[in-house]
Amino acid sequence: MFSVFRDLIRYNIEFAIGLILVGAVVIFACLSYFAPVDPTLIYVAMPDQPPSGQYWFGTNSRGQDLFWQLSAAFRNSLIFGITVAVLSRIISITVGLLSGYVGGWVDRVLMFINDIFVAVPIFPILVLFYFVLRNNMDSFTLALIMACFGWPFDARLIRSVALGLKHREFTRHAVFAGMSTPKILLEEHLPYVMPIVFSTFMANMLWSIGLEVTLAVLGFTNLNNPTIGTVLYWAISHSAIVVGVWWWIVIPVVLIVMTFLGLFLLAVSMNEYIDPRSRLRRMGA
Amino acid sequence: MQGYFWFVGKRLLQLFAVIFCGISATFLITHLSPIDPVEQVLGRLSARSNLSPEAIASTRAALTEMYGTGQPILNQYFNFWTRLLRGDLGPSLLAFPTPSMELVTRAMPWTLGLLVTSTVFTFVIGNLLGALAGYNPDNRFFKAFGLIAMGVQPIPYYIVAFILLIIFGFLFPVLPISGGFAMDVRPAMNWQFILSILQHSLLPALSLVLVGFGGWFLGMRALVSNVVNEDYVTYAGLAGVKKQTIVGGYVIRNALVPQLTALAMALGGVFSGTVITEQVFNYPGIGSLLIDGVNYGDYSLVLAVSTVSITAVALAIFIVDLLHPLLDPRVRAE
Repeated sequence: MFSVFRDLIRYNIEFAIGLILVGAVVIFACLSYFAPVDPTLIYVAMPDQPPSGQYWFGTNSRGQDLFWQLSAAFRNSLIFGITVAVLSRIISITVGLLSGYVGGWVDRVLMFINDIFVAVPIFPILVLFYFVLRNNMDSFTLALIMACFGWPFDARLIRSVALGLKHREFTRHAVFAGMSTPKILLEEHLPYVMPIVFSTFMANMLWSIGLEVTLAVLGFTNLNNPTIGTVLYWAISHSAIVVGVWWWIVIPVVLIVMTFLGLFLLAVSMNEYIDPRSRLRRMGA
Repeated sequence: MQGYFWFVGKRLLQLFAVIFCGISATFLITHLSPIDPVEQVLGRLSARSNLSPEAIASTRAALTEMYGTGQPILNQYFNFWTRLLRGDLGPSLLAFPTPSMELVTRAMPWTLGLLVTSTVFTFVIGNLLGALAGYNPDNRFFKAFGLIAMGVQPIPYYIVAFILLIIFGFLFPVLPISGGFAMDVRPAMNWQFILSILQHSLLPALSLVLVGFGGWFLGMRALVSNVVNEDYVTYAGLAGVKKQTIVGGYVIRNALVPQLTALAMALGGVFSGTVITEQVFNYPGIGSLLIDGVNYGDYSLVLAVSTVSITAVALAIFIVDLLHPLLDPRVRAE
């Protein structure tokens, strides 16, 4: 595991850049655990102060120190993304491995459901959920709903790997040795799909955080909970650019671009690493 | 040919399943929630005016009858479907008493026009450039292009649209940033009107193209760089087949099959992108309607927009799927 990591950093500049970007954002987000102020409170600092020695990122029109505000926002958004990714990975691994290994009508039924989930547009459904739940919709509920829609594409990918593994010799050995199906799937097949799980993990986080930003800037989430999206929502609703409080928009946007670019590079470079052909081409072997 | 009919039949079944499940989900989400639409509307009405208790009671009775919420849930479900099949989802509260379906059909051409042109444009250009980049991996221009595409692609829709808005709205105000056409132009079939529409759609379309383009470019580049190393391409090259034939007929055609599948899968996401774009640029399409509906608590309008958009996305995926056998003869023969 560690040597894979070392190889990736050494031979894959995209992975290294992605790691630095995401690492910086994660450290920044972790700082929020030492925050001297509660990020949900408003009017605790002087409003509209430009970045200075006292307020590194300035303060916004709601009287919040942007540094701690953003730090908490990124922590919440990252936790949100990880929650969605973990939950949807569980579903996609279960469905993918089962459907690939068991085959037959189980496969057909699961894939039929899978195709339905792929085709249903999630955005109107999320808006609908907000419409009926209104302020009862906290970020865990949202994560749960998104996880229910975030698995089908990856389940198909895992299924295609599982289909190949099914006919490999070690699977037959395991079957003849009397291993139960769940045990084969967990102990024999799961390690083979782990690289895909990792790379889709990043892609899924991108997707879910992006959707959360989208929902929040439209005002369709709990706006008192600081996330990347709600910070932007408040900046826009206070017309930050027109008023001249540019740091309220520019700093979050720069950080968002860093996060997304970093996660994307990690996902892409891991994807490339999985494919032995492109890995060899890069390492020059 | 029989294989093709089987293929179409299977996809048709899936289309109906998707529409049925999606619309049932919208029904269930709205009707199983603890929040009663009647009380919501009443809350809105009584917040703005001074109503007598009798008036509230009779409004409540009228609204309960209109929404049919007094009946058992199964009856409601059947009523919902029978009314939906007639295209009737009740009057919109936002623009009472206009039927919500009429509002949706009025907004539909705007969204469709913006979405179809920008999606087709993005798909064609992104794939074409991606294929060329994959075929000429050492070309400097394409390398720089790939870097840009990689940088822009992961940024969420909203941010890109917003950056464009700041650039063209505040820094260099050259393009109109709001509305579907200029205020002083009368909607009619003449050049002035069409020109105004085009001018206003430029910025929203540009944001959609910018965001969607990178994914197709990068995907196609990766696919083509794999296909180029296949034996049949090397063989065709050795046999002296013309370069254009190899690129167009052998490389792009084979690499395009997975991209077409990806297009079908991306359409749902493209739709949600349009909602944002319409909101940012104040474009009079379905997305703006959805957001207005949610903000005003307009129950039937939100239901109408979601059912129509689910159906439309499913239909679009179906159409893209039908194109599949044209590219890949194996699907026909299956």
